[in-house]
Amino acid sequence: MTAIFKREMESYFNSITGYIFLSVIYLFGGIFLWVTSLYMGNGDISGVFASLLIIVLLLIPILTMRLISEELKQKTDQALFTAPIHMSSIVFGKYLSALVMYIIGISITWVYALVFSIYTKPDWASITGNFVGLLLVGAALISIGLFVSSTTESQIVAAVASYVLCILIMLIDGIAEFFSNSFLYDVLKSLSFSQHYKNFTLGIINATDTIFFLSVCAIFIILTIRSLDKKKWN
Amino acid sequence: MIKVKNLYKSYSDKEVLKGINFTVNNGEVLGFLGPNGAGKSTTMNIITGYISSTSGTVTIDGIDIIKEPIKAKKMIGYLPEKPPLYMDMTVKSYLGFMFDLKKIKIDKKSHIENVCEIVGISDVYNRTIKKLSKGYKQRVGIAQALLGEPKVIILDEPTVGLDPKQVISIRNLIKNLSYNHTIILSSHILSEIQAVCDRVVVINDGKVVADGSAEDISKEASGVITLKLQVDGDKNTVFNAINDIEGIIDIDSEREVDTQVCEYIVKYYKDNDIRRDVFKKLAEVNCPIIEMYSSSPSLEDVFLMLTEKDDVRSNKDVNYNEPEKASKMGDENNDSNI
Repeated sequence: MTAIFKREMESYFNSITGYIFLSVIYLFGGIFLWVTSLYMGNGDISGVFASLLIIVLLLIPILTMRLISEELKQKTDQALFTAPIHMSSIVFGKYLSALVMYIIGISITWVYALVFSIYTKPDWASITGNFVGLLLVGAALISIGLFVSSTTESQIVAAVASYVLCILIMLIDGIAEFFSNSFLYDVLKSLSFSQHYKNFTLGIINATDTIFFLSVCAIFIILTIRSLDKKKWN
Repeated sequence: MIKVKNLYKSYSDKEVLKGINFTVNNGEVLGFLGPNGAGKSTTMNIITGYISSTSGTVTIDGIDIIKEPIKAKKMIGYLPEKPPLYMDMTVKSYLGFMFDLKKIKIDKKSHIENVCEIVGISDVYNRTIKKLSKGYKQRVGIAQALLGEPKVIILDEPTVGLDPKQVISIRNLIKNLSYNHTIILSSHILSEIQAVCDRVVVINDGKVVADGSAEDISKEASGVITLKLQVDGDKNTVFNAINDIEGIIDIDSEREVDTQVCEYIVKYYKDNDIRRDVFKKLAEVNCPIIEMYSSSPSLEDVFLMLTEKDDVRSNKDVNYNEPEKASKMGDENNDSNI
């Protein structure tokens, strides 16, 4: 797992992907900080998190699209799958690399908070809640992107399919409004990322919401392992 | 060392392997020969654990690749048809990555340097892989297969696409490796297999069609004689007359030489001379022979014969692997690139 993780991290910084991902997050993070806090003259940076979520939603498919599909296309998966390691180590290594890149990206919010703490007294509970929420949403979206990447050899297909899936999942509570059946409505609402994310924005780190996002991560990581195993058996 | 038993593989409705059986002994260099699409790469991918078989078993030193994949894979170094190289990495970082991936427990730096020395890539050690020539890329692929000193090395068409100089150099490298490793080498180049392999398994249409030393297979297959005939008469009459003769493997009409005169190619076993019978039968149907001469097949013919789609031999109940039926090859110096 360590070897795969190191290789993936190296690959992010050897290619333009890692730099684009971080630059866009930092650029928009700065813009949102200016618009929601500095320009308005308040010390609350929770608006940055809410806005950053949209950017994260657009960037995560770029981060995950090549993770496995590129290996399948270039046939380098032959080196991975014939090495004396478990499939789970390969998948975890790749997942962790994308997650660490993501954490490096969103950690800029702590820099904002620390700088603000010089001039004002930030609401640390809200900042921590927002950060954990953003982290968990991102972690879940990365697992979805990783799974999609394992199903195709095309990076473009992987990216587009991830976009569609991520947006659908984020908008699922909006879709729920169209259903008059209360059971379906409740099921869709309970699957909604936005609903589970809401509490974090208020600074509440709730076990149910945390478990929800961790479960999504676990399910899609297992699905990725199964998807790669299936390729072997087909 | 390697036992492949009753291997079947199907992709949706297409059966690619139809019961492959062979063994590779310790320290042996086995050539895996067959035309494109015969099932060579599929077999190798199953042996290395990259894909699974539909049924059948593969054991490496007694360890089943499906039941104990980690243990079995530790003993294998694999160079697939397309070397699994990360183009953005340098040779040094790539081999370092493969070393870590294989969880090798020996001194990393000295081992990688040693492998680079063996394979002859020390001079490009710090270069990015995408900037290397095809020959060097192939060598880097072989280097990653050698990491961890595996007992078994499996090379899938290692010289494909290389220039003659590079081909010779890779062959020499394989020869040197054969002193310390059990090797399976796949190729569709007959001369390559002959140059480096102790034993040859010929595979065609998902089945093993010959198994033995290159020399034995040539000798055995050379028991087939090609008879060229020019006969004056109706084609159907000629075919019907010859077809009943015992010992004929195949009859084909090649071209019309003249009005009514056609050339036929008849194949038969050396120990069953049919020429007199052919003469008599054609005389009976009043089709005079204008010309008749026989020849032994070239090595290229041997390969083509073994890899024919319609396996005539099975219809005639003849086993190429029986040495007593073999006779000396007519032209053993014919190296063929098929």
